[in-house]
Amino acid sequence: MMASSYNAKDEDGHHPGSVGSGGPGAVKSKKPDNTAFKQQRLPAWQPILTAGTVLPAFFMIGLIFIPIGIGLLVTSNNIKEFEIDYTGVDMFSPCFNCSQSYSWNSTSACTCSVPFTLDQPFESNVFMYYGLSNFYQNHRRYVKSRDDSQLNGDKSSLLNPSKECEPYRTSDKKSIAPCGAIANSLFNDTLELFYIHPNGSRIAIHLVKTGIAWWTDKHVKFRNPGENNNNLSIVFQDTSKPVNWRKPVYELDPSDPDNNGFINEDFIVWMRTAALPTFRKLYRIIQKKKDNMTPTLPPGNYSLEVIYNYPVRSFDGRKRMILSTISWMGGKNPFLGIAYITVGSVCFFLGVVLLIIHHKYGNRNNNADIPN
Amino acid sequence: RMSVRARAASQGSLDDPDDEVVPYSDDETDEELQSEDDLDRMCLFCVLTVILLSEPGWSVRANDREYCNQPQFKKKVFLCIKKSKYSGNAIKTYKYNFLTFLPLNLYEQFKRAANLYFLCLLILQIIPQISTLPWYTTLVPLVLVLGITAIKDLVDDLARHRMDKEINNRRCDVLLNGRFEETRWMNLQVGDVVRLKKNEFIPADILLLSSSNPNSLCYVETAELDGETNLKFKMGLKVTDERLQEEDQLAWYLYDGLGYSSSYRGFLSFWGYIIILNTMVPISLYVSVEVIRLGQSKFINWDLQMYYADKDTPAKARTTTLNEQLGQIEYIFSDKTGTLTQNIMAFKKCTIKGRTYDINFPFSPIFTQPVDFSWNKHADNKFQFEDSFLVSCIRSKKDPQILEFFKLLSLCHTVMVEHKGDELVYQAASPDEGALVTAARNFGFVFLSRTQDTITIMELDHEETYEMLALLDFNSDRKRMSIILRFPDGKIRLYCKGADTVIYQRLDPNSQNKETTQEALDIFANETLRTLCLCYKDISQAEFDAWSQKHQAASVSMGNRDEALDLVYEEIEKNLLLIGATAIEDKLQDGVPETIAKLAKADIKIWVLTGDKKETAENIGFSCQLLTEDMKIHYGEDVNVQLRNRQTQRRNDPQGRNKKLKEQFFTESSKNALVITGGWLNEILYEKKKKRRRLRLKKLRKRYTNSSSAPDSSQPVDDWEKEKRQEDFVDMACECSAVICCRVTPKQKANVVSLVKRYKKAVTLSIGDGANDVNMIKTADIGVGISGQEGMQAVMSSDYAFAQFRYLQRLLLVHGRWSYIRMCKFLRYFFYKNFAFTLVHFWFSFFNGFSSQTAYEDWFITLYNVCYSSLPVLLVGLLDQDVNDKLSLRFPKLYLPGQQGSLFNYKNFFISLFHGVFTSLMIFFIPYGAFLQTMGQDGEAPSDYQSFAVVAASSLIITVNLQISLNTSYWTFVNCFAVLGSIAIYFGVMFDIHSAGIHVIFPTTFTFTGAASNALRQPYLWLTIILTVGICLLPVICIQFLHQTIYPSVGDKKYEMEDEEEERKKRKPTFQRGGRSRRSAYAFSHSRGYADLIASGRSIRQRPRVRPELRESIREAPQAENI
Repeated sequence: MMASSYNAKDEDGHHPGSVGSGGPGAVKSKKPDNTAFKQQRLPAWQPILTAGTVLPAFFMIGLIFIPIGIGLLVTSNNIKEFEIDYTGVDMFSPCFNCSQSYSWNSTSACTCSVPFTLDQPFESNVFMYYGLSNFYQNHRRYVKSRDDSQLNGDKSSLLNPSKECEPYRTSDKKSIAPCGAIANSLFNDTLELFYIHPNGSRIAIHLVKTGIAWWTDKHVKFRNPGENNNNLSIVFQDTSKPVNWRKPVYELDPSDPDNNGFINEDFIVWMRTAALPTFRKLYRIIQKKKDNMTPTLPPGNYSLEVIYNYPVRSFDGRKRMILSTISWMGGKNPFLGIAYITVGSVCFFLGVVLLIIHHKYGNRNNNADIPN
Repeated sequence: RMSVRARAASQGSLDDPDDEVVPYSDDETDEELQSEDDLDRMCLFCVLTVILLSEPGWSVRANDREYCNQPQFKKKVFLCIKKSKYSGNAIKTYKYNFLTFLPLNLYEQFKRAANLYFLCLLILQIIPQISTLPWYTTLVPLVLVLGITAIKDLVDDLARHRMDKEINNRRCDVLLNGRFEETRWMNLQVGDVVRLKKNEFIPADILLLSSSNPNSLCYVETAELDGETNLKFKMGLKVTDERLQEEDQLAWYLYDGLGYSSSYRGFLSFWGYIIILNTMVPISLYVSVEVIRLGQSKFINWDLQMYYADKDTPAKARTTTLNEQLGQIEYIFSDKTGTLTQNIMAFKKCTIKGRTYDINFPFSPIFTQPVDFSWNKHADNKFQFEDSFLVSCIRSKKDPQILEFFKLLSLCHTVMVEHKGDELVYQAASPDEGALVTAARNFGFVFLSRTQDTITIMELDHEETYEMLALLDFNSDRKRMSIILRFPDGKIRLYCKGADTVIYQRLDPNSQNKETTQEALDIFANETLRTLCLCYKDISQAEFDAWSQKHQAASVSMGNRDEALDLVYEEIEKNLLLIGATAIEDKLQDGVPETIAKLAKADIKIWVLTGDKKETAENIGFSCQLLTEDMKIHYGEDVNVQLRNRQTQRRNDPQGRNKKLKEQFFTESSKNALVITGGWLNEILYEKKKKRRRLRLKKLRKRYTNSSSAPDSSQPVDDWEKEKRQEDFVDMACECSAVICCRVTPKQKANVVSLVKRYKKAVTLSIGDGANDVNMIKTADIGVGISGQEGMQAVMSSDYAFAQFRYLQRLLLVHGRWSYIRMCKFLRYFFYKNFAFTLVHFWFSFFNGFSSQTAYEDWFITLYNVCYSSLPVLLVGLLDQDVNDKLSLRFPKLYLPGQQGSLFNYKNFFISLFHGVFTSLMIFFIPYGAFLQTMGQDGEAPSDYQSFAVVAASSLIITVNLQISLNTSYWTFVNCFAVLGSIAIYFGVMFDIHSAGIHVIFPTTFTFTGAASNALRQPYLWLTIILTVGICLLPVICIQFLHQTIYPSVGDKKYEMEDEEEERKKRKPTFQRGGRSRRSAYAFSHSRGYADLIASGRSIRQRPRVRPELRESIREAPQAENI
């Protein structure tokens, strides 16, 4: 995109007579070396923006960006996404009661059932997310309040967690495992989906709870202490559960030893803090049916059964459940497509404007090269 | 108590400063002229002492070490410990010793704002509540910077220790216990009597008591102080001399030991440093700026075109911190002798009987060969004169006028001769005279020896001795000197040489060749040669006798002897017969006029500050084309009147105090030049003489107690008026295209520089070669020393040193300009890059509850300024060239942006700020929009903090590195490598830091495990990065292109300038032919006093007791006019 003038400078600039006298072995002269670098004559390319390079570049960028943008937008529009807020803020929502009567220590679970309707079928794998709003998982003190060493299965950190975890470091003179504010605030609502068959029967939809975390997190970053000891209750015996938790870490998923303790995937997903105060986290995967004939989620009525544990009313938060399909570019988000189309169009437009300006001033600019 | 000062009091009247007298300034001698004068040849044996009597209460007793240890000379230092007021003689230039190094050096370093700032930052970072970044991000670079500086300081100081030791351990003879004992310099004490031998260094401030020469005379070479190689004579006081002669070689010694305080330079100014928000100025800026400055200095040192092969002297940047200021110089203050000129006088031409004899025939340089002087055994083979016709004329003795011409040159002078084996060595009081006598010698009229009243010369083939009847001294009012001789055949003749203006008034009406000689003089003047007219007159015995009586009477008259003598001289110096004129070239250094013309074209004003006389300075002004014929030259009187008018105007105006007078001093359209002497300078600026004036006013008031008068218009009412007066003077001088200050002391040189600095707020540069320039070199923003010569003081106190004045244009127009442009580019980009980087945190803080969570990984923040973005901009700061050196020399106008400071100022800073804000906004909000509610292709939400950080950081690195590519105008393979390398290093390091292995080893330090690989797997995020980079760069390209299209580019500007250049070339010839005003080219660097010593009987005294063999060679002793 630039005009070039290769600038190899000739080797003049010193008087022929001034060459230091004396051959090899003579008294060392203080004469500086005549090298291209020391004399600042390195061969160089001196680029200048010219109409011949800038204008085509703008048109080219326009021509490339617009199709990309259209592609992105179309893909985004083809993605099916359903979102439902089950916080229970207003009086008539099913979870209103649960949201009102809240205490971390209540023994009886509050459940509520949120009905919803899907108008279109969801093909292929469907991903189920929970979304929280106004939850500052990116707050500095919050982000810092964890002990990665402990989570990585380090024995000494297990019993003596990092100071960063304060005030969730010890409880009853026992160290907390997992320590820190992030772990303590683990999302603990339980969500279940039921398909309301037109004949009135409720069919539970199978939700897969593994494969929702990054491979590196599950296998590298998070490890249970005591490597091969399968009895986690012994491993964690000298520790205390986080204050807000109902059950200790080794009872997160007693049914599956590979999903229990620190390597519980719900826990891992939660520990990967979000960038923004409104975020989604992958909760479950609804795998496509084997027969491939019926959609994963056919259109119709559904019911979301919530065991309502997680309080968000105190900070004006919202809880949502999201169902979404996925494409090559991920989830539904028209932003990037629109942005590409806009930038592409602006480039094209600018190209035209610059062309006009160039024609107006162009004749003055014909000889912008550096004379050598 | 005795004082050398007494002599200074006898200088010119108070109201009308004497142009010829160097005004006395008391602050320079004691401190700066301390060490190492070089005692030279003539004096074989001197006894010396030193004084310092700046305040009453200091007294010394010679040869009595106990005396100055008495209680009244003690001062309290600490509690009851007392110390002598007189310090020792040991030189101490070092700063640290073994114990104090660490604390003192750290203290010095933390005096720098930057270091202190980083220390504070470090302390803040250590406090866990505040810390947003790990402490090592600041500590490691800080320790590195402190360590390197400390090592550098240590090495410097060790060198100083070594030098001090060497000087302190030099030997000299001190009178102790009744005999001279060899002592080290550092053990000298106040009052010691020292014996120095010929050609020894002078170890301290010393008062001459006596010397083995007649009349207690000795010659001092001050080359190391002022670069002047001719000898200065010093004479002991009569009383001490006589007594010491009786007491057989005693001496006494007084000492002032004001410490040789090494200057505190290196006040690093990190401009633009404090203005910016704290976090935007990383320590890497500091380090990078230092690296770039160091690199620029190296490039100056390496420059072959500033290397002087004859003396094997490369240029040397002694300070690294001032390179970019070299691109902003507006005023240059230059010394004359040794800087503009070579201090070599060459006898170039002469005109005898109206015929001009020439050195170079300009049209046929090939056919001329140097005249063969082998027939003359006394010829000095360094002498070159190419008119062999003249030689043959002399040898054939056809033309008596030609013989007379050279006979005059060999007789009428005050040169002294020394026989060194077979060779004759002339000791001339002024180089002009030396050149003339040497010329005569080469043409066969060899000055052989002189006694008190005879002069012996070799006249081609036979020796002849002339009786000297009178020597009519040179002084600057008379502008001529004469000698009256009795020839061996008894006739009396007066020979006279002097300024054409003076001589022509005194010529006999019948004198021949007046017109032709005048024409020749005009030509000489045009060639800026220094001329002297030679003439003679025959005197009858009776006439001489009559005159001689008057002369005797005048020379013994008590009051106004000088004036009386002048009158008597006037009587005899008339009806002269013109022989011819000599033309001497004060050889300029190579390329001086071209350099001055070039610098003038770059709008740099050049002021010449010299201790020389007005005529000489003016002559040099013309020869280096600083002054041209079309200029109107203003002298001190004129300036004084103008300034006084301005002051009256201000006084009469009731609001004058607040109003700023804007009108110009010189309303005529012609070019102006200012030639002002030190005396007038003091007068105009109300400097000095204050005490004396106050005393005088007191006396006046006593005398006329009742007569109240209006304030003396020449006196300042208060400091405000004085300040205004100074400002007016600077304004006026700046209206002139050339300013020459002559007869100024080193102190005044520095004052002039500081005046301009103060009132013009401009970057100033001083260039000089001698110790008399040290003040001015230190005062100016940038000091340049001419190296490769004997004296080192100027170089030692300079920031840059090179061997030739002409290298100045390359230093300023090429290196200075480049350094300035590079530094500006570097700073603009650096601020941009860090705004773009840092402000993302700021935007992010709106979304994280203002909790100062960083938008990037800690390691990225640590490494961003070190690895990922530093190298390309560093290379731009080191290597970038918008135009190459030849073009910047060819088009001096390219220098102007530097003077206006238009490449880095508030405007540029805010543009960088705005650009940075824009980029940071894009880098935050494009990923924000893309991340807000989307998921990755595998269903996992990529909207986690770590993925966001990776995307933002990647966009930033690519944007910033492509941006520097756009800014680079000189692409070498190194730049290319650096840009690609930085991006590659970023990805390489990131993938390493995010790898599984490193997390297992350091689980708490590297927490971004897998973030890079997971995030950058997603095409969606790549598209986000590409979009971000595109949006950041496209507007920049667009604006750059528009700017180039609408406003003329650099290339176009160059073309315009080229046209201008050619036009000027075409115009030039017509200029020169224009009517040249007639002016005298007379200039002579002689000072008065020598003839007096030679001629008057009192100066030559026989000394049978002391080394009678000396009488042969040394008997003359001129008297000092100024010391």
